[in-house]
Amino acid sequence: MTTQNKQTLSHLDWLESEAIHILREVAGQCSNPVLLFSGGKDSLCLLRLAEKAFRPGRFPFPLMHIDTGHNYKEVIDFRDQRAQELGERLIVRSVEDSMKRGTVVLKSVDESRNKHQSVTLIEAIEEFGFDCCIGGARRDEEKARAKERIMSFRDEFGQWDPKNQRPELWNLYNARTHKGENIRAFPISNWTEMDVWQYIERENLGLPSIYFAHKRQIVRRSGGMMPVTDITPAKPGELIEEILVRFRTVGDITCTAPVESDADTVGKIVLETATTTITERGATRLDDQTSDASMEQRKKEGYF
Amino acid sequence: MNSVNAKQNDSLLRFMTCGSVDDGKSTLIGRLLFDTKTILADTLNQMERTSKKRGLDAVDLSLLTDGLQAEREQGITIDVAYRYFSTGTRKYIIADAPGHEQYTRNMVTAASTANLAIILIDARKGVLTQTRRHSYLAHLVGIPHIVVAVNKMDLINYDQATFEKIKSDYLVFAEQIGLQHSGRDIKFVPLSALNGDMLVDRGESIPWYEGPTLLELLEMAPAAHSEINEHFRFPVQFVCRPHASDDPELHDFRGFMGKVESGFISIGDNVTVLPNGINSRIKSIKLGTQELSEAITEESVTLLLEDEIDISRGDMIVKTGQFSDPVKQITAMVCWLSETPLSTARTYVIRHTTRESKAKIAEISYKVDVNSLEKIPTEGLNMNDIAKVSFKLAQPLMVDSYRVNRATGAFIIIDETTNNTVGAGMII
Repeated sequence: MTTQNKQTLSHLDWLESEAIHILREVAGQCSNPVLLFSGGKDSLCLLRLAEKAFRPGRFPFPLMHIDTGHNYKEVIDFRDQRAQELGERLIVRSVEDSMKRGTVVLKSVDESRNKHQSVTLIEAIEEFGFDCCIGGARRDEEKARAKERIMSFRDEFGQWDPKNQRPELWNLYNARTHKGENIRAFPISNWTEMDVWQYIERENLGLPSIYFAHKRQIVRRSGGMMPVTDITPAKPGELIEEILVRFRTVGDITCTAPVESDADTVGKIVLETATTTITERGATRLDDQTSDASMEQRKKEGYF
Repeated sequence: MNSVNAKQNDSLLRFMTCGSVDDGKSTLIGRLLFDTKTILADTLNQMERTSKKRGLDAVDLSLLTDGLQAEREQGITIDVAYRYFSTGTRKYIIADAPGHEQYTRNMVTAASTANLAIILIDARKGVLTQTRRHSYLAHLVGIPHIVVAVNKMDLINYDQATFEKIKSDYLVFAEQIGLQHSGRDIKFVPLSALNGDMLVDRGESIPWYEGPTLLELLEMAPAAHSEINEHFRFPVQFVCRPHASDDPELHDFRGFMGKVESGFISIGDNVTVLPNGINSRIKSIKLGTQELSEAITEESVTLLLEDEIDISRGDMIVKTGQFSDPVKQITAMVCWLSETPLSTARTYVIRHTTRESKAKIAEISYKVDVNSLEKIPTEGLNMNDIAKVSFKLAQPLMVDSYRVNRATGAFIIIDETTNNTVGAGMII
């Protein structure tokens, strides 16, 4: 008969196992899922988890990136390289194509394209008939995400209605959809930024170079830092400084700011994360600072 | 391994908090996050700004857990929120559920993944109807560890006699609902969430209490599955057959992918595949490309068997001799989750582990008044009702009693018209 089983998993092993279980539930329940892959650290964790979940088989889903056209080249190169190494199919759909079609209209030339990703994403979902998008969002990122389900239901317009989410009990996920509806699945919901970095360290995952400390030209603007690029030039009168920075999140250039740091290895980043005093989004996501509820608003409009 | 990863040997605890805003639940959670340095400067600044806007002198720690705009406008919490903190030795996931009667379903949801429940009592009010309700639900959903946190001790001058009275009152009623007989571990701690006494720091106001602080109780609580002998249960989620691969070695590869829901398994163990009852032995255990000699509870792995057997998603691999026959009729305590009432004429879908079956209601024996715990005869079920229900199933399920095994004793009920999850069941 059974002997006493006193062994328990470490917290990282537990989180990994939960994420693998969620990925396999998506594969088992959905007929046409896709994994959203940006080349960022959270989605790189997802790829490692998918390897652990499905190798030696192929992934039972393609990878897809919604490109705003305003991403750092280092990240895009890394994205392509990683997809190729894995031998998995990568689909890229761009916000610029939606702009050409007229489905995305910017209020001004320099408006951030980040929130317009939702339109391109929904167009891609329709184009391929995806019934589930797997993403790397985490509940600790932002208040409005704390109540997000692991399998989050979106209607035909990609809308998230916080009042109309399915109860989620035990690990019995319900990813059923009718035609046109969509599930957003978040395998690393229960991970914190620290967990992500610890996992990257343990698994020895490669990352785009801009995650590590490097010299970069920046200007200081409304209490934060703005990288100086072709897309985000310095305004007249602003002082351009060249300092050591790294990115804690990578996304659209217009709304992702670096932090001052000399952490040039994953080990140093883990230590820095353990002692940091500012949240990931607070430090680096300019698009969340407009109001306390801005993430909730964007999610209702179909944002990831 | 270097830096923080040196502490790889840590574990994880999921717990829930039961109580209402009035009991200081949000303040308690805020205090736990604040005192374990989980709240960072920018969040604190934002809370300070909001507190000032509302005309408060001190930072309102409850702001931390009030999530959505819609809820803040109503000043209530209407859904389960998940929060995280870490002490360096343990990672915690808090399921924060509203405590009001009309949110029974949210409490059940939060409880389903918790291994410990903090039940908050306002020291001025003592054991109330809601305390009974919260304790009953924690008991029903099988949470093995209960911490009764007697909060707001500052408002009764940290009076020991009041604390002792609440403790004995609680134990009397714990006896009544069978909490004690079921081997539940019940602990009591006096505290003031507002001032931070006995949460993370002991403070100086409760010298007569010599027991552990709330955080120490959390640190000491056993991890899920660590205390009981459970049989090996492995519901198959996905079958890996990469036969189209160029690699001839993979040509005959058949990997059965899933999570060890309970127990453990080693190479060479004799296993039986249910519901068909075919026997084989474990040839190999894999995690990704890594070969393992055994897999333990909660580990997601891939199993390879000695024999070529046709196995699909929804089948379950168990150790030979450690199972009872698949069943086509089950009786369960059900919590109805949907605004649409249960219809006894309808056919529903039951999802149990990775398996589904159509199900019809055979009988509703009674529903439970969650306040008085009285059993009431009933014809139907409305949202938040808890009832004893029997189902007839189209497909056999491989079940255990929920009391013995939470993973194989639990199921959800799905309405195929809307695809919504409308009920949750715990098999008797």
